[in-house]
Amino acid sequence: MQKKLIKISILSFIIFIILVFFLSLNKTTIYDTKGLVGQKISNIKLDHFSKNSIITEKDLNNNQYTLINFWASWCGPCRDENSILLKLNKEKNLKILGINFKDNKKNAKNFLIELGNPYDYLAVDSLGKQSINFGIYGIPESILIDKDLVIIRKFIGPILKNDYEYIKSTIGKK
Amino acid sequence: MLSNIGNTLLFLNILLGISIIYYLFQSLKYNNNLISKNIYHICSLQSTFIIICFFTLITAFIISDFSIVTVYHNSHSLKPFFYKISGTWGNHEGSLLLWAIILTIFSFLFLLYSKSHSKNFRIYSLIVQNILILGFLFFLLFNSNPFSTILPVPKEGLGLNPILQDPALAIHPPLLYIGFVGSSIYFSAAIGSLLTNYNGKLFAKSIKNWVLISWSFQTLGILTGSIWAYYELGWGGFWFWDPVENASLLPWFAMTALLHSLMVLEKRNLFYFWVIILCLLTFILSVTGTFLVRSGILNSVHTFANDPSRGLYILVFLSLMIFGSVILLFNKFKKSNYNLNPNSKETFILVNNWFMIFYLITVLLGTVYPIFTEVLNNHKVSVGPPFYNSVIIPVVVLFLLFMSLGPHSQWIKDKFNNLNLIIKILTASILINFSIIFFFKSYSLLSNFIIISALFLIISSLRDLYNLFRMKRFDASRIVSHLAFGCLVLFIGLNHNFSLEKDFNLKLGEKKEFENYSVKFDHLQLKEFKNYKAVVGEFSINDSQKNLTQTLYPEIRIYQNPNTITYEASIRSGLLKDYYITMSNIDRSDYYNIKFQKKPFMIWIWISVIFISFGGFLRLFKNAKKTY
Repeated sequence: MQKKLIKISILSFIIFIILVFFLSLNKTTIYDTKGLVGQKISNIKLDHFSKNSIITEKDLNNNQYTLINFWASWCGPCRDENSILLKLNKEKNLKILGINFKDNKKNAKNFLIELGNPYDYLAVDSLGKQSINFGIYGIPESILIDKDLVIIRKFIGPILKNDYEYIKSTIGKK
Repeated sequence: MLSNIGNTLLFLNILLGISIIYYLFQSLKYNNNLISKNIYHICSLQSTFIIICFFTLITAFIISDFSIVTVYHNSHSLKPFFYKISGTWGNHEGSLLLWAIILTIFSFLFLLYSKSHSKNFRIYSLIVQNILILGFLFFLLFNSNPFSTILPVPKEGLGLNPILQDPALAIHPPLLYIGFVGSSIYFSAAIGSLLTNYNGKLFAKSIKNWVLISWSFQTLGILTGSIWAYYELGWGGFWFWDPVENASLLPWFAMTALLHSLMVLEKRNLFYFWVIILCLLTFILSVTGTFLVRSGILNSVHTFANDPSRGLYILVFLSLMIFGSVILLFNKFKKSNYNLNPNSKETFILVNNWFMIFYLITVLLGTVYPIFTEVLNNHKVSVGPPFYNSVIIPVVVLFLLFMSLGPHSQWIKDKFNNLNLIIKILTASILINFSIIFFFKSYSLLSNFIIISALFLIISSLRDLYNLFRMKRFDASRIVSHLAFGCLVLFIGLNHNFSLEKDFNLKLGEKKEFENYSVKFDHLQLKEFKNYKAVVGEFSINDSQKNLTQTLYPEIRIYQNPNTITYEASIRSGLLKDYYITMSNIDRSDYYNIKFQKKPFMIWIWISVIFISFGGFLRLFKNAKKTY
């Protein structure tokens, strides 16, 4: 009897481990940014910055192009790129989704008041968890997607002048 | 063209594998004690085919045949010749082919070198081995085919990831694979032995050389991986408890435990089932490691492939292996009572095994825990060095003491008559430890214990070595490995406590001073190479105490194919210490971020590991001499 119990518990332990391994197979997250271009963004669920609502991919479906920008008030380079984002905000074909990354809400608000708010949508990722799913290593980083939510390009570091030109020419094509 | 050859050979190998299994079952029916010549022929053909198959892939890499997807993804026509070859196994498909080769060759060699053993045991072992071979061949052919073609044929390849273009990493996979794929043969033999109720002593004899081979190569494989991380990843450390590194360490623990308990089985016919479990465990852990690394479920700095379907295949394979072996073990398990004297070699070896299993469980837990938390409550955690260091390091102290005392004990029963000697050696170790503190600098209590126990092991091993030569006996293999292990721990301890690390920003022409060192940024220059451009810095490091200046050249490399930036550390290795500098540019400024490190005794850490493995090879040669 005791023997049987040991056997059953060993077997069920093994089954449990294999099951976890199996489940984890389907959980792979995008961690590598190399293969990011050309992939479709799905399963977005972001908390809205000020309203008690959720931003999903449906909100982005209507846009010709969307630039997803990850920023924080504590990040110096984010200050630099703000002026360029403001300029991009004037483009008709482009909407900008800002994701406030691991930030203090008050500081973030002040940041936008001081420098201007370039974002059409603003979401918050206070734990930095959602951003990992986008393959974000550090901020600022930005992802340009088209209306099918396919990633066209990823920008690591702040959006600079030549990135601005690139975005302008890309969204101007159609 | 090459793709057709490769695929045909893979397919033929599957047919050969099936026919080997068929003939093996056939020859079970005959009552003679010989395996038919047919099987020898087919096995040699199987090995030959798989080797040709591998050379076909190498050829495809050498001539840059981009019609083959694997080559297209991992090679480039401008890549240096050496890395074209090493690119063959620097990717998922090619490395799986390497798996299949080692499985096949070991199967053939086992057939050749087990002639003195009973026929049924050999046949069952070979059947299991060939099932494993078939499993991998199917995986290769249908899921990870290294010979898949691409149309239209691209003009140029994407190139091998630059951080993989390194000599240590070029030889790392083959060494590591001989280690943990080699363990397949005693997995098969263990099942063969269970099925035929084979005699424990004979079983131990039949696998001990295989264990030695795989253990020695595994040790070297881990070493080259570690050297690569030290030179290439630019972190200045040599072991990071990264999941992929852990995956190579897990089977090593099981192998080391096996290596020791096998002696008890051979000499005293004890621990039969324990040895069987270790045999099974070693290969299961190897496959688990492959699963973890290849499926991409681990968030690691060097996870290579992210493809769930591959993971699924390996997982199914793994589950079949585990369930098959566990159920067989349950059916055959017989409880046996061991009357062990607490002071005997058997007990000490058992103690070694406890330690190994403790390390194994610790590292396994640390590696898979993040997977569990993520699946079960969707929480991402990472287990880092603090966990391993705080759990493993204190235990090493005790382990080293047992390691020094164990080999002196006799089989069956012993008396404590060498207490005097132990106290002498211990006193000497403590004295040396305190003189290090007195002349250089003090360190934590735990480090004291580590260094004392390492010295204890070193001194007792040196004494053994002296006695051995005095008696003109030359089986120094155990002593060499133990001595080298003591040195390894000692040097890691010293390295840890005497390292100097500085992180600062410098502009061209500036100088930074700290302690008795100064680092000056002398030059900056742009160089063009065959497959990359490099920004090379020139730094002179001055040691004011010895008035010695050395120049180091860290680089920022910009590779074209694929477009990647890597930071090459510049390392000046010396007998006593390494200097290590990496530089990285800071966006839109003239400043460069400089990481300077002084790492004492690095080279001795590598040398110690080489000698640990050398001990294994020594024993192997001795065994080979004895039998042939």
